[in-house]
Amino acid sequence: MREIEAGVITEAVAKLAVEATHFLPEDVEGAIRGARETEQSPLGVQIIDEILENAEIAREQMLPLCQDTGTAVVHLELGQDVHITGGFIMDAVNAGIEKGYGDGYLRKSIVAHPFGERKNTGTNTPGVIHTEIVPGDKIHIGFMPKGGGCENMSRYQNFLPGAGREAVIKFVCETVDQSGGNPCPPLVIGVGVGGTAEKAMTMAKHSLFRKIGQRSEDPEVSILEKTLLDAVNALGVGPQAVGGSTTALDVFVETYPTHITALPVAVNIQCHSARTKHTVL
Amino acid sequence: MESKEINLPLTDKAIDGLQIGDRVEYSGILYTARDAAHKRLITLADAGNELPVALQGQVIYYVGPTPPRPGRVIGSAGPTTAMRLDPYTPRMLELGVKGIIGKGGRGPVVREAIQKHHAIYCIAVGGTGALLNRHIKNVEVVAFEDLGTEAIRRLEVDHFPAIVVNDAYGGDLLEAGKAEYRTKAPPSP
Ligand code: SF4
Repeated sequence: MREIEAGVITEAVAKLAVEATHFLPEDVEGAIRGARETEQSPLGVQIIDEILENAEIAREQMLPLCQDTGTAVVHLELGQDVHITGGFIMDAVNAGIEKGYGDGYLRKSIVAHPFGERKNTGTNTPGVIHTEIVPGDKIHIGFMPKGGGCENMSRYQNFLPGAGREAVIKFVCETVDQSGGNPCPPLVIGVGVGGTAEKAMTMAKHSLFRKIGQRSEDPEVSILEKTLLDAVNALGVGPQAVGGSTTALDVFVETYPTHITALPVAVNIQCHSARTKHTVL
Repeated sequence: MESKEINLPLTDKAIDGLQIGDRVEYSGILYTARDAAHKRLITLADAGNELPVALQGQVIYYVGPTPPRPGRVIGSAGPTTAMRLDPYTPRMLELGVKGIIGKGGRGPVVREAIQKHHAIYCIAVGGTGALLNRHIKNVEVVAFEDLGTEAIRRLEVDHFPAIVVNDAYGGDLLEAGKAEYRTKAPPSP
């Protein structure tokens, strides 16, 4: 049994929060650069240039990429041979969020009660923390500051079991089309198909931790991902929805076995500020 | 594509010359306001009270910045989703607001009101708060200080970049743009 101090987790999460909000992942920046070459709309190209310049300024001047530094979504993969000492793991993660958002001059966007007084907690805690028990003696931490503009465009629907992949394509296209400029296109689109309602949405969110271009290992799913990307880009929504050929940089699909009566489909949208950062303890 | 330089406050003549898809660079004063500030301004106006900010000819910027690091006037400061402010916008235009900056599209009622009041709605590029920070030279809280991040701030801006989405002639860039670049009809509902 390997021991890890709770304080080590706190420090790691704080660091991830600051880095994720200031440094655009290389794969995302690379995909945006690629889109600049293929974008058909001149205005779209100018928008892409501003996005690239923004990433450079953020990095060099230590200014957050976007003022919405998000809900702190944390994905923990906890090795079953790890023992946490000196505190509760969830408290350690939240302490890390508080520290990162405080020391990093990040915006605190969390209100304590969703329909009551909606008073800001002032610390950006609690985060939304997902845990998974995995083999081994390490902790993998994925951090995603998730903006409201894109998160609020998420959708879920259960289709008739026979509706098939066509239903998935239609639902994803509709979702992107309706959300227009609100989620700040070009987008990264996470899709969860199968399982139950909450499983589908969790898969959609989790897929957004993938690197741009990383296809599903399931050949059928991988083909669906490509089909979805083409279909979404054919919508013409374009960068910031001003019209153009780059509506999404990538579409990720995760699937899970499901009930004989069900075809759950969840869409979780990520903006061009597709901020994620990982570490392994 | 050249940008049109515009000095604020907005004049009718400047608005006359703007069309959807135009790039503008605003210099002068912008006022920030989000949901809570809109609500308060309108409540005051409806009760016949004087407003803490003279809105005539002004441009409102929908923004909730990150806290500034020491030595900076403001943090990352990009636009927030405009649609959330749709319920308040027609009344704000009645009160003299001539321009708005946000991100995303506006509903039909707002679009009509923009045309009726000869105003203009622009987007700044969402998710470029670090870049936009550079164009903000000075910041001062001018009303509703108790609202914290949602207080009304007076921003002195220099060549602040934006794109015209709804012009005074009823045009809508998001609709026009999508129609132009749509290569396939969306799957039928
Ligand atoms: S959708 Fe993303 S880029 Fe746009 S404002 Fe929100 S967090 Fe920033």
